[in-house]
This record gives sequence, C-alpha cells and structure tokens, in this order.
Amino acid sequence: MKLHIKNGRVVDPASGKDSAGDVYIADGRISASFAKADKTIDAKGLVVAPGLIDLSVRLREPGLEYKATLESEMDAAVAGGVTSLACPPDTDPPLDEPGLVDMLRRRAKALTRARVYPVGALSVKLAGEALTEMAQLAEAGCVAFSQANVPLRDTQVLWRALQYAATFGFPVWLRAEDVWLAKGGVAHDGEVATRLGLPGIPPFAETVALGTLLELVRATRARVHVCRLSTSGAVELVRRAKAEGLPVTCDVGIHHVHLCDLDLGYFDSHCRLEPPLRSQRDRDALSRALAEGVVDCLCSDHTPVDEDGKHLPFAQAEPGATGLELLLPLTLKWGQAQGLSLAATLARITAEPARILGVSSGRLAVGAPGDLVLFDPAAAVRIAAETLKSQGKNTPFLGYELAGRVRTTIVAGNVVYES
Amino acid sequence: MQRNPQLNANGELQHLLSIEGLPREILLQILDTAESFVGVTEREVKKVPLLRGKSVFNLFFEASTRTRTTFEIAAKRLSADVINLNITVSSATKGESLLDTVANLSAMQADIFIVRHESSGAPFLIARHVKPHEHVINAGDGRHAHPTQGLLDLYTIRHYKKDFSKLTVAIVGDILHSRVARSLIHGLTTLGAPEVRVIAPQTLLPAGVEALGVRVFHDMRAGVKDADVVVMLRLQNERMRGALLPSAQEFNKHYGLTGDKLALARPDAIVMHPGPMNRGVEIDSTVADGPHSVILPQVTFGIAVRMAVMSIVAGN
Repeated sequence: MKLHIKNGRVVDPASGKDSAGDVYIADGRISASFAKADKTIDAKGLVVAPGLIDLSVRLREPGLEYKATLESEMDAAVAGGVTSLACPPDTDPPLDEPGLVDMLRRRAKALTRARVYPVGALSVKLAGEALTEMAQLAEAGCVAFSQANVPLRDTQVLWRALQYAATFGFPVWLRAEDVWLAKGGVAHDGEVATRLGLPGIPPFAETVALGTLLELVRATRARVHVCRLSTSGAVELVRRAKAEGLPVTCDVGIHHVHLCDLDLGYFDSHCRLEPPLRSQRDRDALSRALAEGVVDCLCSDHTPVDEDGKHLPFAQAEPGATGLELLLPLTLKWGQAQGLSLAATLARITAEPARILGVSSGRLAVGAPGDLVLFDPAAAVRIAAETLKSQGKNTPFLGYELAGRVRTTIVAGNVVYES
Repeated sequence: MQRNPQLNANGELQHLLSIEGLPREILLQILDTAESFVGVTEREVKKVPLLRGKSVFNLFFEASTRTRTTFEIAAKRLSADVINLNITVSSATKGESLLDTVANLSAMQADIFIVRHESSGAPFLIARHVKPHEHVINAGDGRHAHPTQGLLDLYTIRHYKKDFSKLTVAIVGDILHSRVARSLIHGLTTLGAPEVRVIAPQTLLPAGVEALGVRVFHDMRAGVKDADVVVMLRLQNERMRGALLPSAQEFNKHYGLTGDKLALARPDAIVMHPGPMNRGVEIDSTVADGPHSVILPQVTFGIAVRMAVMSIVAGN
C-alpha cells in the first residue's frame, strides 16, 4: 500500500520544518517520494503533521466498561488525531500482571486504530506494598511503570521501586502529591475553595512530594517522568533538577494550562480534576514552563466518567475529564496564546512525548512510522456531548467552539479516521 | 461567568442557596418581610394562608433537629403542608442517588425543597435539576453556606443595632468548618458593615480568608475589643482533640467567651451563637445566660426569617 499526501502544509515538529509539500508512505512507513501511489489524498488547506501522542489516556478496560470501552475510546483517539497513546494502569484489576497487559494489547491491536502503549503498575494492585514483576510486564509490552493517581505512601517502597526499575532501565511515571497533605481535599486550597467551602489541597502537597521524589532520583538515578504538574513551585523544582542533570522529565494536563480554580464557578463538577485546578498564577507558570521546555509535553489525561459519576456534589463527583478529542484544539489555543510557531506548538504533543515514550513516531523523517494527522487549523469544532466519540462527555469545555478540526488520521499508512 | 443560579430571569429570588452574590435589595426585602411576620408569630392564632395548598419537603441528608424544626414551624405558620424526610436513614443508605431522590419527590408535587447536605454545593446541584416552579432553600451544605442562619443573624443584629454602617462584628471560633460564618460574612459585607473580624487559631482558619473581606485576629482580646457584636461559633466535639486543637480546655482558655473577655467589647455589645452551644467550651454560661446574650431571640427571629424566605421564593 502506497499513500501519497499532496498539497499540504507539512509540519514536522522534530525538525522544525513547516512548508508546503507532499508526504509519502510505503509499507506503513514514511518514505522517499515515489511515482505511482495506490491512494492519493489532497491535503489542500490542511496541515499535515505527525499523529498526536498522548501520554495519559484511560481506556477503562479491563473492568470499567460502564464508563467507556476500548472501542469507544479508540474511536475518540483517532477522531482527535491521536495515533499513539499510553494508558495508565488504574483499570480494574490494575495492569499488574503480564496476562492482563497482553490481553489489552491484543484487543487494541485487533481494533487497528491508535497504537496503545500500556503503562504497568509499579506495585501489586497499586497498593504500594509489593513490587510488580516489572521485567515480565515489560516483556508483555509495558513501556513504563506507574501508580496512576493512587498514592504510594511508603517512601521505602518508593525508594526500592525506583532502585529496581533503575536496575533494568525502566522509566517510572509518577504524580507528586503528598497523601497526608492532600488528605480529604478536593480543590486548590485558596480563596475559591474557602468561598465554596471545599476542603483544600495546598500547593505544597505537590512540592513536598516532588522534593522527596527528586531526592530519590538523585540517589537511584532512576528515569522518572513526573505526571501532571499543577503548581508553579513544582515547575521551579523540575527546572533545578534538570539543570543539575537529573534524569527527569514532566508533563502537564491540557486543562491545567487553560483553566484555574475560578472556573469551578458554582460547583461545576466537570472541573473536579486530579490534580485540582490551581490558581491563575500556577496556570500561567505552567503555560510558560511548557513553552520554555521545562515542562516537556502536554497530555489530555483523558478520563471518561459516566453521568452518574458527575451528577453529584462537587466533592463526591468522580474526578477527571474526557480529553482525547480536545487535545489538538486546546494545544493549538495554548500555542497561539504563547506566540509559538505551529511546529513548536505541535512538538508538545508529537516529538516530545515520543522522546519520553522512546518511540520513533512523532516525526516525519523517512523510515518513521506512517502515523499522520491532517487537520484544518482554522475550522472550528463545537464541543458537544452528541458529537464526542468518547463515551465520556465530561468536559469543562462543553459548548465551546475551538479551532482545529481533524480531517484525516492515518496509522501505519492506513486511513483510520476521516471527516 | 454563569448567571447566578439563585435568581430567575427577572433577577428575583428563585432559590435561596447562598447569601454570596445576592444583591442588597433582596437581603433587605427578606429582612423587612421577616419583620412583618414577627407579629404573626406573637399572635394567638399563629397562621397566615400564604402557602396554603403548597407542599414543603424537608430534605435532610444530614441530621439536624433544630433547623428542621424551625423550618417546619415556619412552613406550618404559612399554612403549607410539611413532609419531613430524614434521608440519612432511608434512600441514601439504599444507594439511591441524590438526583433520583429529588426526582421522586418532585413527582409527588413538591413546591419547596428545604435541603441540608453534608457536601458543599449539593443544593446547587438540586436547583439545577428541579422543575421551573419548584424552589430550593439551602438549610446548610457542608462548609459552604447556611443562608437562613446568616439572615436570621443579620435580622438579630439589625433588630438590636438598627444600622450596619458603623458596626464592628467579631466572629470567633471554628471558621474553617463553618457555613454559618461564611454566610454571615457575606451578608455583613453586602449590607455595609465596615469591620468584620474573624478570631481563631491558624488551624481553624481557611486559606485566604481575608479575601472574604474580613480582618484576621489570633488574639481574642484584641479581636473583641470595642466590638458591637460578638458571634460565637460551635466547636464540634470531634475537633476538640486532634491535629486542629489540643484540647477543649485550652481552646476555652484562649478563645472561649468569658465575662472578662466580653468586658473588652462595647458596653452595649450583643452576644450571638447559632446553637447548639457547648457551655464551658466556646462560651461560658455566665455569658450565654447573661444580659448581653441574644441567643434565644435569634431562635425566635429564625422562624420569621424562614417564613419570609419561603413566602418570597414561592411568590417568584
């Protein structure tokens, strides 16, 4: 199968290239130009870029199919231009056994949509007590190990887990939140939470835990990716850790560069997120740090929640927002606000997450996987429950019009989505 | 910003969910209406027919005897039919969702829901889902708001002090967990009280409380000095010993209202408490039963204020 995409605005964030041109795919990979194509796509007026890579997508399988299924969320992924995704281990049961990981990969592969990279549980049942069989999980296809949003209370277990992972060179992806300081909290501990009478999570719940984590990285040299930063203080800690040469990367969720605690309004449970939406100052610091590269990449932190889970008082509502289909438009909106080039903007959801995942996609170089997204940067998307493919309709952006409409998504040279 | 969910399209009170965001005129309308009902509560036949044929559902997801009873009396004096539901021991324990419970009661032709819930914001959720002719009155949600208590406090202050524009009001105790304090603070700042003080140890103050428009004091003697009104808050039993406070005794010593501390306030100062009181913890009996105390009149005014709120929302 030979695919020729012509007349597009070809943007390759890895090389910074942004020019009119053609892209060729042969045998599932990006190739040099050829004369005779089996299929030609006219990309006039469209941006042709590497398919998006999302480091945190909850597919809800196994075990949580009432919230979403692999089918619905893989549809949502390709509709959002996402061609590779990493899924955290907080399924039911958690991804702590090679058999579960193997089954998930087979199911995902059979659907032939986006590529799925499972992140294995760092501890058995995510309970933070016993280590998982990381080497066997890696053989089954796990690309990293994580606790998802489940805190690891015991710092000795954390230390040992990092040592063990470092032994094999496995990356560990962790959120930084001190379980005691965050205890009972559901919102950023500030004026808004005080007004609404919501129990707060202080910003130092993040920096205290991050300080501990960085100290353990210093001791173990484990490769740690810090997930979902939410505070300006954490940004500064990561900045210093990187300057020191620690093997640390980090990401921020797409909501946290656009929203802050004021958006809770009158207890909008769509804004109940983990970590919580923080102050305007934090939001602006995260946005800037992402532009500067201190924060490496953006992710959707896609978390489909059913209506029953959100039709509850704020504190009881299940945290999380659907995000796969909003990742592209919200990233474009962020890049525009920061005054970045399109290539630099897209790097945060293509080349940068590819580097963290250690995969060769996320670029348009010859020989790279033939994963592409073709989108109209000016066309508006109206975010509505009826049009979202994800089974989760839970997003603070319902009713918004956002620029950046995906027209075609290609995985390994096959068109997997067209609109 | 979304439209204030308490107001209808004409800017009238559709639901009473929080004092925050209510215009001064509506607060005064409620206080003035309450004043006209105080007479009713003193008559031999304590009834007016304003809510005849209407159904008021007391929907208490959190136990409360006093507030529920005063709402019940208020509704009955307006000639409404009152149905009391103690949800903690019925549907919630059977797993029925909050909105299902409300939808079921709505199908029984409710007109007014009086809601108490342990979770901040629960009455907002209910108000978003009731039918247009139904009204929701917040009877206390988590730490967020207790607007009828705030209004009866305002009523009491106005009754004794006439004018808010020169008042110093000191609110003492567990501000962190207090919906009563939040509601009163919003009411006082809206009605123009120039100095609202909160007095508590740091452990009982929420983050950024100054943003509500209050002055923070940790020293109670400095805080009650020259106050016209001293409002004592209830300290819950389970919070008297733990990470927030070492003991009830130590709290009483530093933050309990004793005669000698009250002597620092203005000679005509009034002392208020939302009840139920912990005598010897946040307030000494000599003060609670003393000449400055208006704690029992608060309860009486509370009925008139709740009659006012119900009659106003039912008329909008």
